[in-house]
Amino acid sequence: MADIGIRSVSKSYGRQPVVHGIDLDVRSGEFVVVLGPSGCGKSTLLRMIAGLEEITEGEIAIGGRVVNMLEPRERGCAMVFQNYALYPHMTVAENIGYALKVAGTARDERRRRVREVAATVGLDEFLDRKPGQLSGGQRQRVAMARAMIREPKVFLFDEPLSNLDAKLRVQMRIEIRKLHNRLGVTSVFVTHDQIEAMTLADRLVVMNAGRIEQAGTPEDIYRAPASRFVASFVGSPPMNLIDAVVDEAGGIVIGGVALPVPHRLAAGRKVTAGIRPEDVVLSDGGELRSDVDFVEELGSVRLLHGRLNDVDFVVQVAAADRRATGALAFTVPPKRIHLFDADTGLRIEHDTPVAIAAE
Amino acid sequence: MEKRAAFSDLRLAGALIAPQLLLVFVFFYWPAAQAVYWAFTTQPPFGGSNEWVGFQNFEQIFTDRVYWNSVGVSFLFAGLSTALSVGMALLFALFVDRRLTGYRVHRFIYFWPYAVAAPAVGLAFRFIFAPEAGFVSAVNQWVPGLWNPALDGKDALALIVLANSWKMVAYNFIFFLAALQSIPRPLIEAAAMDGAGVLRRARDIQFPLLAPTFFFLLVINVTESFVDSFGIVDITTGGGPARATDLMVYKIYSDGFKGLDYSMAAAQSIVLMGVVIVLTFIQFRYVERRVHYS
Repeated sequence: MADIGIRSVSKSYGRQPVVHGIDLDVRSGEFVVVLGPSGCGKSTLLRMIAGLEEITEGEIAIGGRVVNMLEPRERGCAMVFQNYALYPHMTVAENIGYALKVAGTARDERRRRVREVAATVGLDEFLDRKPGQLSGGQRQRVAMARAMIREPKVFLFDEPLSNLDAKLRVQMRIEIRKLHNRLGVTSVFVTHDQIEAMTLADRLVVMNAGRIEQAGTPEDIYRAPASRFVASFVGSPPMNLIDAVVDEAGGIVIGGVALPVPHRLAAGRKVTAGIRPEDVVLSDGGELRSDVDFVEELGSVRLLHGRLNDVDFVVQVAAADRRATGALAFTVPPKRIHLFDADTGLRIEHDTPVAIAAE
Repeated sequence: MEKRAAFSDLRLAGALIAPQLLLVFVFFYWPAAQAVYWAFTTQPPFGGSNEWVGFQNFEQIFTDRVYWNSVGVSFLFAGLSTALSVGMALLFALFVDRRLTGYRVHRFIYFWPYAVAAPAVGLAFRFIFAPEAGFVSAVNQWVPGLWNPALDGKDALALIVLANSWKMVAYNFIFFLAALQSIPRPLIEAAAMDGAGVLRRARDIQFPLLAPTFFFLLVINVTESFVDSFGIVDITTGGGPARATDLMVYKIYSDGFKGLDYSMAAAQSIVLMGVVIVLTFIQFRYVERRVHYS
């Protein structure tokens, strides 16, 4: 087990910078998920930790040792790849045991450990098969077993669940988390799926365009997204984002409707208001109005899709609420409104610390 | 299932494939049939008629020590030049695949030799390896008499092996490079994470996945060295010295067009055809059983 220190790490391909000076500390035994859209540099960051990609600038240390110049095999990391990268000409047992074979472990010892690890991930019956004869979920397990057998200091996951079907993805997600709880190995997991990220992470790192937008516990990030980008990316259904202007009274005006907010703001400032679909309170006397175009039935909840101030607006209601399309009146508790600067996209904090959860 | 268009009128279909059939017939089947005919007949000393002699021509070549020498030289030549050209091509392809310095240039120029016609290759090698004036004559400065393909059969064989390999390296290189680049990158990276160094990765991951390509090239190279080596031999050594480079295909030419013994030449070409057919059969038979990439 080891901590990972990432200090002002940059990466450019030729003159094209893809990662801009990232600073991040992963504590020993922590499960960190790096979340971001494709092309944000999250996989590149992971591959720089693994040693598969050169570090253009900055420094990465694993367990206190700077690894910039070390070969992948000297870094003590194991990686699970997106397409599993199983060796197609080797059996499952050979795939899992390859690292031990390279390390020169005796055959009996190797066989014993392969069996042990295979049993942990439920592969004992498939040891003699070739990867081509396995299902997606089983291949995923082989990839996991291959990473585990080396007893690495650090686990790296590069979108390992993105090739699985929805049901299997949920199941493997839970298994990965359970495995981490049991082994406690420092893990870095890269994904573009925010539900995966929220459920797996001890700490969530949201990346965009080669920079870290925000790092914190999934709860913190959900409660107080640091920027408009994070707000739009984390949460399902995503936060509604609407342009607004600050009025003389210090409230905000959305499409002619004034709403009080707990922020202290200069009049005339342009902001983006963020409202989570579940924070909307339906009331016939509500000042905000929207026309519901259609209703998305999710079973446990229902999503009402409408428009507000010329942008799409989603309202989440309980399953028992059988409201159909048509006019909708609602209000939003002032403390539930997130504000972001219209130009920089950065979060505008409430003037006084507010315990949102204690409302 | 692929979709096929069917002709309802067979006459139209026949008319459309007739030119192709005609070409194939005139340039392949007719000469082949002629060769078979000649192989089983013989001509009287002053020509005129062909006399049916059954397997007499074959008996004659198979009891001829000179012919067996030619067969031996051919197989030796095929083995050596295939080993050399496939081996070198694999090495070059691995270098280029590793993106060592200058790989872009090399990727481009390594294919050039294949575009050079065999006689031109032969001519170039004849000049380069000329014992009295070529580049290689330098070795004779250091060790007098070390290199002389005009006198030493081994030198002569080495010369045509080198020339033929040089030509085939280009072809093999392209296939190896394509095969190497079709191996998914993450496989190599996974092996690197598993602790395997460059050579270990080549041995455990790349070579097994190259097996189908390797086998394909083996067959192609052996076949090529049997049938396509005429130009090189004719220009460099002319089959000598003392028949040390008298390949089967060259012997057919010299017996037929210089010795004017069509019957014997025809019989030899039937044997050569048999060898190539067997090789091709092996290829189709075993390339089907290739390793499956998942």
